[in-house]
Amino acid sequence: MGTFQIDFGDSAKTERIIGIDLGTTNSLAAFMDLTGPEIIASPAGDRIVPSVVALLEDGSFIAGSAAKARLAEHPDHTLYSTKRFMDRASSPLKIGDRQITPPEAGAHILRELKVNAEAFFNEEVTKAVVTVPAYFNDAQRQATKDAGRIAGLEVLRLVNEPTAAALAYGLDKRNQGTIAVYDLGGGTFDISILKLQDGIFEVLATNGDTFLGGDDIDQLLIQIALEDIANEWGAPIHSDTAALETLRQAVIKAKEQLSFTLTTSIDLEYKGKRYQREITRDLLERLIQPIVERTLGPCKQCLEDAKLTPADINEVVLVGGSTRIPLVRKAVETLFKSKPHTELNPDEVVALGAAIQAGILSGEVKDTLLLDVTPLSLGIETMGGVVTRLIHRNSTIPASETEQFTTAVDGQTNVLIHVLQGERELVKDCRSLARFELTGIEPVSAGLARIEVKFLIDANGILNVSAKDTRTGKEQSVEVKPSYGLTDEQVEAMILESITNAESDIRERQVREARVEADRILSALESAKQNDAWFDLPDEDKQAIQTAHNELLLAYHGDDHHLIMAQMEKLDQASLKLAENMMNTAVRGALKGTKI
Amino acid sequence: MDFYRVLGIAPKLQLNLNELQQLFYARSRDLHPDRFARAEASVRDAALNESSLLNDAYRTLRDPRQRAEYFLKHHGFDIGVQGTKDVPPELLEEVFELNMALEELKAGDESARPQLATARDQFSALLAQSDVELDQLFDSHDAAPGEPLLKQIRSLLNRRRYIQNLLRDVNGYLSN
Repeated sequence: MGTFQIDFGDSAKTERIIGIDLGTTNSLAAFMDLTGPEIIASPAGDRIVPSVVALLEDGSFIAGSAAKARLAEHPDHTLYSTKRFMDRASSPLKIGDRQITPPEAGAHILRELKVNAEAFFNEEVTKAVVTVPAYFNDAQRQATKDAGRIAGLEVLRLVNEPTAAALAYGLDKRNQGTIAVYDLGGGTFDISILKLQDGIFEVLATNGDTFLGGDDIDQLLIQIALEDIANEWGAPIHSDTAALETLRQAVIKAKEQLSFTLTTSIDLEYKGKRYQREITRDLLERLIQPIVERTLGPCKQCLEDAKLTPADINEVVLVGGSTRIPLVRKAVETLFKSKPHTELNPDEVVALGAAIQAGILSGEVKDTLLLDVTPLSLGIETMGGVVTRLIHRNSTIPASETEQFTTAVDGQTNVLIHVLQGERELVKDCRSLARFELTGIEPVSAGLARIEVKFLIDANGILNVSAKDTRTGKEQSVEVKPSYGLTDEQVEAMILESITNAESDIRERQVREARVEADRILSALESAKQNDAWFDLPDEDKQAIQTAHNELLLAYHGDDHHLIMAQMEKLDQASLKLAENMMNTAVRGALKGTKI
Repeated sequence: MDFYRVLGIAPKLQLNLNELQQLFYARSRDLHPDRFARAEASVRDAALNESSLLNDAYRTLRDPRQRAEYFLKHHGFDIGVQGTKDVPPELLEEVFELNMALEELKAGDESARPQLATARDQFSALLAQSDVELDQLFDSHDAAPGEPLLKQIRSLLNRRRYIQNLLRDVNGYLSN
């Protein structure tokens, strides 16, 4: 690192923007340090926040490591891999007796990252760049942005994960040339081809599959183990969610080990029963061959769209935990005929890239610019259920197209426009994005109205629609009805709810922290009472300490953290003499052992 | 013509693609929304509109045929698809023979297959030739602009599109 041009001028005063990789399995945050992007560790020192959400007995939600620790014991009160449901943002997921939407689940994870970052910087953090799979459609992108809003983060930019990885790699080395980024994560697959020149990162084409990743490999292994277990234990465990979760974790462990050894075992202990099965890398490779092959189709299409052949690719970068699998590496190497780069940690490289993009937005990183593309074509429904394409896939974003609309009936005041995303010809084969209703059109004879509608895909890959009556020149109002996503009102309601909860969350956190500190003081006092200094202390001092001690215990069980802190301070004051005496005793003790 | 304006170049039909790309990169550095993330909403909106126009411009102008269509449209030509229904007169004979071969093939006569392959090669050659002609017309028009040349370009584009459709159909039959 160390090749960044950093502006110490006005940017120092601007608000901090962090970069976030909101992953299927794990999430991370990073920031732009003086020498380059760095991961933000939690107060406990963890670099990774598992993308797991748990509902506690008291009705509160937690996310991250603590939530992951509860997976096996409370499978019905935990959610993982919720990113896979972002395309159905308004369909709630069941957690305990509650229901939360996928963006709300994402918000819990984002809030954990936000709190960690605030502890790290000791200041409020409200702005972020968040990464998404390049092949995410409009609905999934909107849902990710909504998750940020619910978590109290303004998402200044959504960046495609492979592009972010390219930033992290390319900036470091001031690369020129054409690179391919192969990103196989926990739940999604992306391939992007970029051209690098003088700090411009131009994405030529992208492709992928938003339902393909490490989770699918786990499922294959789980199926095998389930059959074994049904035979060995004499009863299937399909419906026992706790057993299934324990098995899933055992299978993931075995899968990960097989990237480094040729043979290992799936080892499961559950309620006194044991299941063990040896598994070789060879077997795993035969099992996952179809999954690896499913990634090659998008790779070839991406090359074709970029009008390139494998020989044109100068470098290949691997991203995502699943690219640690030797078979995956081999397949990539064979296709692109070059040895892939793995210098940067495939789990961290996306977050690092997000931090660089944050630096670009804040003005800290100069001379670097990302020109990304839209992964899917955008069109509107026309007569006979056919899709008329307006903006083609792999168009550099922002991109726009203008279309003229008119009325079909005399006096018609509304026009409904159905917008779709996808590569197929028929409406039924494409993904419905939203219905935009042009309302308040001046009633005139059929065919006389002239409404110009502008479809604009912004730098986040999200569609904006605006309309103008070209006869009157007036802005035309557009009402949006998302097909699967949340409406603005729903998001607002979730933000309100989360703010109310966040306040009580903060109070609880403060009480918990104060208690931890009180525990420390109380136990220090107990051990001090064993010291000679305690016995030398005048009775009135002992009495004062005892009184303060009792008062602290009373406050300890209340829920006012200010009172706990005040009583701690009081006990501290009362024990000043004791502390001083202890110090002297210690010094004397130390001197005793020294020869003068 | 906004596409030329946003790139800061004179409206010519013949463009050097390398120069166009360097211009596009340079203008992107000035206009991209990333550069205005901290600006007020109205400035951000303007940057969004201007940079989408820039991207649309580069996408269109880097392709000679799309460039020509854009140029024609802005010179009052209606460049719809209706022109492609009429068979260009010089192709009448070839199209007639092709249709015969296709009929035979549909009737199960495989002996027509080599004839299709010949037609494919012939159409590919015509396509390449029309690209050369288009390039020459671009130069002629830039040297001495005038409506007759634009009309020639329009009929060449229509002809080319017709050949391309034929080629697509033939390839479709050949791959079955």
